[in-house]
Amino acid sequence: MSERVLRAGLPILVLAAVIVLWDAVVRLNDIPPYVLPGPGLVFATLVQDGALLGHSLWVTLVTTFEGFALAAVGGIGLAVLFNQSRLVEYSFYPYAVTLQVTPVVAIAPLLLIYLSQPLAVLACAWIVAFFPVLANTTLGLNSVDRNLLALFDLYKASRWQLLWRLKLPAALPQMLAGLRIAGGLSLIGAVVAEIAAGSAGAGSGLAYRIAESGYRLNIPRMFAALLLLSVAGIAIFFVLSALSYLVLRRWHESVLPQER
Amino acid sequence: MMMSAPAVVSLRSVGKTFESGTVALDGFDLAVREGEFISLLGPSGCGKSTALRIIAGLSTASLGSVDWPEGETAVAGHIGFVFQEPTLMPWANVAANVRLPLQLAYADDEASRAAVAQAVGRVGLADFAQSYPRELSGGMKMRASIARALVTEPRLLLMDEPFAALDEITRFKLNNDLLTLWQVLRRTVIFVTHSVFESVYLSQRIVVMTPRPGRVFAEVAIPAPYPRDERFRTSADYAGYCRQVSEALSSAMAGGAS
Repeated sequence: MSERVLRAGLPILVLAAVIVLWDAVVRLNDIPPYVLPGPGLVFATLVQDGALLGHSLWVTLVTTFEGFALAAVGGIGLAVLFNQSRLVEYSFYPYAVTLQVTPVVAIAPLLLIYLSQPLAVLACAWIVAFFPVLANTTLGLNSVDRNLLALFDLYKASRWQLLWRLKLPAALPQMLAGLRIAGGLSLIGAVVAEIAAGSAGAGSGLAYRIAESGYRLNIPRMFAALLLLSVAGIAIFFVLSALSYLVLRRWHESVLPQER
Repeated sequence: MMMSAPAVVSLRSVGKTFESGTVALDGFDLAVREGEFISLLGPSGCGKSTALRIIAGLSTASLGSVDWPEGETAVAGHIGFVFQEPTLMPWANVAANVRLPLQLAYADDEASRAAVAQAVGRVGLADFAQSYPRELSGGMKMRASIARALVTEPRLLLMDEPFAALDEITRFKLNNDLLTLWQVLRRTVIFVTHSVFESVYLSQRIVVMTPRPGRVFAEVAIPAPYPRDERFRTSADYAGYCRQVSEALSSAMAGGAS
């Protein structure tokens, strides 16, 4: 069997096995749905609460996307700025690290005091997502081939030409790797902030639904919302991987097929 | 008759000491005349690449001076440089790589296209203009790199051990093609190498350097006429020149080590 069929087929097989096992465990042990709902019930809830959960998914996705976009712009922009001026880099890089290593769960409640709820959620998504973009892009900008730098120097390239024609294209693989991490993290940031805000009760995102369903012991809906979150995360990962592949497929080692 | 040609660049008692304290060059003198093919020959670490980078303006001399004819240095594209590695941008195809020097000089689109097509044709890569570097062999990458150095029609072509990493068959082929190009274009070439055989085959004049610190130990003229081809490579004259240059190099290394 070919490699591709195995890679696509085996995970599906495992999923099917887990669902069958899950169903069997629930049925055979007669577990009540408020402890562990069976897969059939979760799916039925997903369909039944489709409109409500769909709306919540949309809210979370919009926040995630906004956080991601701001992280991309902020991360790449800061990396370029740091690359242009060593003084700026020395002054601000430690604080970018500080922002990254402070757990976002701990920052979220504070942000909720000072910002409106949607803004606080967005800020959390941004805080967790921007650092990998910054760190990876900085690494890429700093690892340009020395001889190519000498070549640009020889032809008296301007700062702008050096950035646009050499450093940014050279940093593209690392930048895209950073963005791929940031996509997943901005979803996590949005979810964490929604959960933190959940007790304030004003939200309507998917994570808020999970918290709310938990209070109401509506366990099937918790599972349904969780399922949607997973699917959203997977979709984000695939979209960004595809983007990375499309941009790099002509030249970068990481996406070239290997002849054997 | 070569003596009467005007100087393209002259180095006078050039010294270079790196921050680490290594003295790469000390009292290095070199006058390069218009249209000349000259080789800098020496063991690795003798400062020959450093001398080339100083001429190119990629490094500055700690001592001494590099003199150009009036008003020559300010023009970008006056010097072409071929590195030891092909140094191509992997994200750009051959045509775009060759075009880079013109783009950096904001050259006119139409004129650039013609110049790129000509340079790519000259090195025999016309059919590979749209190929990406990863799709090319080592020799072809080096050809693309030479085309890029020629695209601005530089008066001075600096080559830093360009064929050192290639296999012998490819190196001979590129040596021949380089000589053919040189005879057509009549640019001044300064060629850095650690191969006695390559330097004798290519050059009119070989500057033999001492190791650490690098300075000129001897100059050997190779008066054999051009065009030079495989017949020259297998001739008794060629063998004689190689012996002469080898002996100079051995003495340079013995003297430099003391």
